[in-house]
Amino acid sequence: MIAFADVNYFEPWWIQIVKALLIFLVIFGVLPLLTVYERKLLGRFQHRYGPNRVGPYGLMQPLAEIVKFARKEAFRPTGSVGFLFRLAPAISILTAVGGLALIPWGNVQNILGTRIGLYGIDVSIGPLYVFALGGISFYGILLGGWASGSKYSFLGSMRAAAQLISYEVSQGLALVGVLITAQTLSLTGIVNAQRGMWYFIPQIVGFLIFMVASFAETNRAPFDLVEADAELVGGYFTEYGGTGFVAYLFAEYVNMMVVSAMAATLFLGGWLLPFGIHPPGWVDPFVVLAKMMLFMTLFIWIRATLPRLRYDQLMSFGWKVLLPLATLNLLVTAIIVVH
Amino acid sequence: MPYDPGKDVVEVMRHPPRSAAASTYRIFGETLRGMKTTLARVVEGPLTIQYPEEKTPVYPRFRGRHKLHRFETGDPDNPGLEKCVGCSLCAAACPADCIRVVAAENTPEHRVSAGERYAAVYEINLSRCIFCGYCEVACPFDAITMGHDYEMSDYTRSDLIFTKEMLLAEPLERTPLRTAAE
Repeated sequence: MIAFADVNYFEPWWIQIVKALLIFLVIFGVLPLLTVYERKLLGRFQHRYGPNRVGPYGLMQPLAEIVKFARKEAFRPTGSVGFLFRLAPAISILTAVGGLALIPWGNVQNILGTRIGLYGIDVSIGPLYVFALGGISFYGILLGGWASGSKYSFLGSMRAAAQLISYEVSQGLALVGVLITAQTLSLTGIVNAQRGMWYFIPQIVGFLIFMVASFAETNRAPFDLVEADAELVGGYFTEYGGTGFVAYLFAEYVNMMVVSAMAATLFLGGWLLPFGIHPPGWVDPFVVLAKMMLFMTLFIWIRATLPRLRYDQLMSFGWKVLLPLATLNLLVTAIIVVH
Repeated sequence: MPYDPGKDVVEVMRHPPRSAAASTYRIFGETLRGMKTTLARVVEGPLTIQYPEEKTPVYPRFRGRHKLHRFETGDPDNPGLEKCVGCSLCAAACPADCIRVVAAENTPEHRVSAGERYAAVYEINLSRCIFCGYCEVACPFDAITMGHDYEMSDYTRSDLIFTKEMLLAEPLERTPLRTAAE
């Protein structure tokens, strides 16, 4: 029996708007810093400093880059399909941002006499919503690659399609283990169900599969052969410059954030702290943010470590290792839960 | 007749098929080992030399921009005679043909160098120079030597033609010299 999330309190419409704005602004404030963080950390992994010239510690680097990108001429190749060429990056970024609404930053708080949930929405289908948005985000990549009218873009998007389909299956199956343990699909419900023990301990196999699949889902190294620059120039966004390119870039980072937040929520106890520490409610979002940063660091660390997989390795790994493992994990979890 | 490749075929050696456990270890265990390797690089810290602020010291025999020399007098108001006698041996030795020397006779009223003649024009086109140091070797009076300066970028090509006055002038010491310990 799956219990549905019950939102047994009323939020005025303006609170929803304030929450949406707040989440959006915070994320888009953190996002540029994240790009600097990635490049600085990547530099450290390679005995370098990374960007350190613009502003203190190079923190103004994204500002300089945004100015540079925004001033680029918006051109498109002759063979491209104009409407779709412009639409595709928009789809990518919209679906990525849509996922942010689901991240539970904290429990329902009592702020000035009104009960406010520290999350965009708590839908009763939680992870499925994220998966649905992930499914739509393929169109951003696929249409972008196809509408460019370039073979490199097209090859990149073909790879993206094959890769994302293969790994979404394992990711979904890895997640079902958590869902049947928590017996709810609501993300806040899942976090609350982890009060006893965070799920990455009983669901360690599921956690590992989820993480590996997440790397593939976000097109990050070592699964970044969607944009394998050595062979495909830039993959699906080869023909994009300026704002279109930035949209794809931001979509990738937002996707990373969403996936990190999902991993933190599903496996690392969301806003909960270990050892029975119960901080006041306003700390919760920072706990989630810290856990997200943990996964971000892992993303960057892996990028600095592993070389890109070959295409056939990617496929055989996805279908021959990850999928059976996820299925097995699901079966064992189901047997234990039912028993 | 079927094609017989004979002994030209190279047998590719492959490892025996791995078990599921071995594969899983290889995927996750070896990844962890790799992550340890990269993390060790973070601990070591960056090796970057922040160039314009920080410079790599050069060795004493580093061949940088040329210098022309005078005889030392120790008196700043009375610079010594130039060592260069305008023999053009450096220009003859130069493989890049970047040195131009026009010699003139010294007169008792106008004595510039210690010899019979002096270099009325001495120009080195640094955009052509390959910094081989042959001019230094060819010079019979050690009048030209290679300095340590390697920062010679400029905005126009004509700015890279160094005249005698520029080569004679005491150069700005912009380049640190390597000490014995380094």
